[in-house]
Amino acid sequence: MDWAYLFEISLTGIASGGLYALAALAFVMVYKATRVVNIAIGEMLMVGAYLFFTFAVTFALPIWLAIPAAVLGAGLLGAVIERTMIRPLLGEPPISVFMVTVGLASVLVGLVEIIWTADQRRLPDFLPNTPVMVGDAFLAPKVFYGALIAVVLIAVVLLVFRFWRGGVALRATASDPAAAYSMGINVPRVFSLAWVVSAMLAAVSGIIVGSIGGISSSMGVFGLSVLVVVIVGGLDSVLGALVGGLLIGLVEALAGTYLGGEYKLLVTFIVLVIVLMIQPYGLFGTHEIERL
Amino acid sequence: MRIGTLKETYIADAALFDSRTQQTWLVLGAALLLLFPFMASDYWLYLACLVSINVASATGLNILTGYTGLVSLGQAAFMGLGAYTVAILEIRVGSPFLLNLLAGGFVAMAGGLVVGIPSLRVKGLYLAIATIAASFIAHFLFANTAFTGRTAGLTLPPASLFGVVLDTSFRLYWIIVPVTLLMLLGAANLFRTRVGRAFIAIRDRDISAEVLGIALLRYKLLSFGLSSFYAGVAGGLWAYFFRVVTPESFPLSMSIFFLAAIIVGGMGSILGGILGAIFMTMVPELLKLAVGLLPGGSELTVFLSPVRTVVFGLLIIGFLVFEPHGLAEVWRRIRRFFHLWPFRN
Repeated sequence: MDWAYLFEISLTGIASGGLYALAALAFVMVYKATRVVNIAIGEMLMVGAYLFFTFAVTFALPIWLAIPAAVLGAGLLGAVIERTMIRPLLGEPPISVFMVTVGLASVLVGLVEIIWTADQRRLPDFLPNTPVMVGDAFLAPKVFYGALIAVVLIAVVLLVFRFWRGGVALRATASDPAAAYSMGINVPRVFSLAWVVSAMLAAVSGIIVGSIGGISSSMGVFGLSVLVVVIVGGLDSVLGALVGGLLIGLVEALAGTYLGGEYKLLVTFIVLVIVLMIQPYGLFGTHEIERL
Repeated sequence: MRIGTLKETYIADAALFDSRTQQTWLVLGAALLLLFPFMASDYWLYLACLVSINVASATGLNILTGYTGLVSLGQAAFMGLGAYTVAILEIRVGSPFLLNLLAGGFVAMAGGLVVGIPSLRVKGLYLAIATIAASFIAHFLFANTAFTGRTAGLTLPPASLFGVVLDTSFRLYWIIVPVTLLMLLGAANLFRTRVGRAFIAIRDRDISAEVLGIALLRYKLLSFGLSSFYAGVAGGLWAYFFRVVTPESFPLSMSIFFLAAIIVGGMGSILGGILGAIFMTMVPELLKLAVGLLPGGSELTVFLSPVRTVVFGLLIIGFLVFEPHGLAEVWRRIRRFFHLWPFRN
C-alpha cells in the first residue's frame, strides 16, 4: 500500500467533502426551519451554476459582479419556490411536500434544457491555478480553493445564524413553530428566509462544483450524494451535515480510486444503509419521540 | 337522482361492486377492452399494453405507499428484478411463460422483503431515501454481473403460450391486459380482508395499530412483499413486451414516475392507481401528438423532451397543490354531481 498516495486521495476526498457539506448545509437550513425534505437541492445548485454562466459568459459581466448576481438570482428563485409551492402546502403530510420538490426538480431540469440546451458547458476560470501542496501531497487547486470557500462560507453562516436576530428567529421556529409564532416571530417570513438563504448557498456550491467539473443538465446528480450526506448526518443537524459531508467525500474518493468509478455511488449508498440500520435518525439527527 | 342504497344482507354490504350503475359501467368497460384490439391501430395497441403494465406496477406501489403509508422510491428496481428473472428463465431454462411471470413476481417479492426489513426502524422520508439505496444497489448488480449480461443486458425471444407466439402488440394485449385485471381484482379484494385492513390501520397511525395488536413488522414486510410482487410481475410483462432488458431500463426516474402516478391518480384508491397510471403514460404521448399538429411542429420537436420533463414536474406540483386527492377525487365529484342532480352538491 502506498501511504503517500492514500493520503493524497483522502485529502482530495475530504476537500470535495467540504463542497458536500456546503450543499448539505443548504439542505439542512430548509429542513430545520420548514420540515421540508428538498430533493431538488441538486437541481437548485445546477440553476445557480447556470445563472452564473449566463451572467459571466452570455452577458460577459466581470466575475466579481457575475457571482453576486447569480447568487441573488438564485435567492429570488428560492423565494418564488417557497411562496408558490411550499407555503400552500403548510400542514399537509410531509410526503406531499417531498413530492412537490420531486416535481420541482423535474421542472428545473426541463427549464434548463429548454433555455440552455442539454450540452455540457465550461464555466470561466476564476479560482487560482497554482497547485497546492500539503506536505508531499498534491491537491488540485480548484478542489482546494472550492473547499476553502465552502468552509469559510459555512463558518460565516453558522456565526451569522448564531448571533443575528434572524438566526435566532430561525432557530426558534425550528424548535417549535407554534410557540415561535405566539412569541411574535413572523414564521412565514422565517420560512421565506430559510428558502432564500438555502437557494443562495446552493448557488454558491453550484458555481464551485460547476467550475471544477463543468455544467450540464444532469448536474443535479450531485444532489443525490448530498441527500446521502444529510441522511447519514441526520436531517436536522448542521454538525451532521459537516461530518457527513466529509465522511461521504472521503468514502467516495477511496471507493473511486481503489474499487473503480462505478463503485462510488454503490459504496456511499451501502454506507447510508449501514448507518440507517444502526442509527435510524442519522449520526446526529434528532430522535423523534412518538406518542399515541 | 339516486337515493341511498338499501342493503339487506351482510354479503350485499361487503360486495366489491355494490350498485347497479357500477355493474353496468364494468360490463361496458369490459366490452370496450374486448373490442379495443380489433378497432385500434398498432400504435394504440402498443400504448394500451404499456399503460396496462404501468397500471399493474402503480397498483402495487399504491398498496405500499397509498394504503400502508410506506413511501418507496424503489418500485422500478423491483420491476427490474422481475424483468431480469423472467429474461434469465426464458433464455437459460426455457420454462413456460406464465411460470416465468410468477417466478419474476416471487423473486421481486423476496427483494422487497429484504428492502422492507429496515422499515420498522426507519420511517417516513428516511425510508424513502433508503429505498433509493435499494434501487442503486440493484442497478449496480444488474450492470456488473455476468449472469445479467452486464451493461449490454439481455435479449429474450418472444413468449409463446399454447403454441401461439406472442410477438405483436395485438397478441400480447390478450395476455397483458387480463393479467393486469386479475392483479387489480386481487388488490381491490385485499382491502376487504383482515390483512388489507391492517395495512390501512398502519397507514393511519402505526403506533395505534400496534396497540391494537397488529404485528407491525410482519404487516409492513407483507406490504413490501406484495407491492414488489406486483412490480415483479409488471416487470416480467415489460420484459416480454420490449424483449430487451438492460440496467438502464429501470432508472430511478421510473420509480419517481410511479410515485407521481399514484399521487396524480389518488393515493389509497384502486381507481386512483389506474387513472394515475393511464394519465401519466398518456400525457407525454398526447404532448407529442399536439406538437405534431402545431404549425412548424418539426422545429419544436427539439424541445419535446425538456417540455415533457417540465410538464411532468408541473403535473406533480399542480395536483399536490390544487387537487391533493388526485383524479380519483375528481371522479368522485363528477359521480356525486350525477347522484345529486338536479340539486346542488
